Amino acid sequence: MAEFLEFWNAYLWPVLWIIIKIVLIVVPVLLGVAYLTYAERKVIGAMHLRKGPNVVGPFGLLQPIADGLKLFLKETIIPTRANRGVFILAPCLTFILALIGWAVIPFGEGVVLADINVGVLYLFAISSLGVYGILMAGWAGNSKYSFLGGLRSAAQMVSYEVSMGFVIITVLLCVGSLNLTDIVMAQKSVWFVIPLLPMAVIFFISTLAETNRHPFDLPEAEAELVTGFNVEYSAMPFALFFLGEYANMILMASLTTILFLGGWLPPMDIIPFTWVPGPVWFALKIAAVLFVFLWVRATFPRYRYDQLMRLGWKVFLPVSLAAVVVVSGVLMAFGLAPGSAG
Amino acid sequence: MGLMSRTARTIFLGELVSGMALTLRYMFRPKVTINYPYEKGPLSPRFRGEHALRRYPNGEERCISCKLCEAICPAQAITIEGEPRTDGSRRTSRYDIDMTKCIYCGFCQEACPVDAIVEGPNFEYSTETREELLYDKQKLLANGERWETEIGERLAADAPYR
Repeated sequence: MAEFLEFWNAYLWPVLWIIIKIVLIVVPVLLGVAYLTYAERKVIGAMHLRKGPNVVGPFGLLQPIADGLKLFLKETIIPTRANRGVFILAPCLTFILALIGWAVIPFGEGVVLADINVGVLYLFAISSLGVYGILMAGWAGNSKYSFLGGLRSAAQMVSYEVSMGFVIITVLLCVGSLNLTDIVMAQKSVWFVIPLLPMAVIFFISTLAETNRHPFDLPEAEAELVTGFNVEYSAMPFALFFLGEYANMILMASLTTILFLGGWLPPMDIIPFTWVPGPVWFALKIAAVLFVFLWVRATFPRYRYDQLMRLGWKVFLPVSLAAVVVVSGVLMAFGLAPGSAG
Repeated sequence: MGLMSRTARTIFLGELVSGMALTLRYMFRPKVTINYPYEKGPLSPRFRGEHALRRYPNGEERCISCKLCEAICPAQAITIEGEPRTDGSRRTSRYDIDMTKCIYCGFCQEACPVDAIVEGPNFEYSTETREELLYDKQKLLANGERWETEIGERLAADAPYR
């Protein structure tokens, strides 16, 4: 019995505890994904003067569940000439990568699954890997439309990651740490969105491109590529892509929140705001960023491919590169750099 | 616009921001959606929907089997067979409309000398099988009975313009 207790304390319980924590993160994320699709349809509907889903359940609140159930019950079609292994692996990869990033996201002070010191690098690596899922899906389906969609997506994600990386570097220069908790705590006095506003805008636009959202949704340009890289997918694999994409959106919104909007910190450090717990502020800020995602989708037409590339390489890259120089110059000139004598 | 202000508008994303302001304003406008099965939009008295064969108020069929509608039908959706009845009047023994062929041009009701065949206000008659859309005389007469009130009102409303 004592042996078992020791075994339990040393091995079983830590594993179980981590699994519980993972479930506590993944379930709200997936629920968030489900209701993000609902919010998207409602918000865009309202901007089109439509009502959006309002039949299934009160205010249509059960619509995402009905949609999910529908996809779950449908037949999974695998094209005869597809590469079966890669074809199945691609949506799994997209979905897993979209969830795995949440491991380092701090939801509140100390409320984080893995408080690693290279959190930003980890997130950046995970979001870069996301392109593989799309590339594999585009290639494995053995269809020219999905192939073109996959190629476009790969080129687009690679282009915008560069400028995103430089924007993140400007934030890191101000913080002096790659740890996401430290990044949030550094915004105690002022959120980085105020001193680094142009960077925040560039970062937000790059996340739009990174998550293949409007107006940069070229990989799935419906009119040209009949939904692009996922055209051969149906039922659950398709649902996994869908969930993965939207989970990625939420992840990117939370990254924007952490880098520029002060993470879980209340807007002002005074009494009524500090009563609200940190994770609630965090969720509210993510929701606000996601609303802008949807708002942008309802407002702008899709970019042409060459315009997209021009914006990425000829505008964002030089601007963010210059910003790195300017920010580090200012920090050094005024002795504001973290770690400097001051 | 001068070069300066144009450049400033580009750098500060002026066009994009004003576009987003517009969509945000629209978000709070009243919705134009009609909750379809529960709410319906207005229909013109000239709306051409599902066909119906009418009767006189005394219950006699209007159709005299003149076959003008069959002749004018551009889709050749109408098939009529007629013969004298025992009382000597000419009536149809068969009046079929293939609703899958019909193009809802309304020529049949224009051609009809006795206002027997009309296109009513009903547009909700989708079926689960194709065969159900091959209407016979019985079905058309039943439609006439079901929609007579509306059809009468529509004809009266449209009469001044004919």
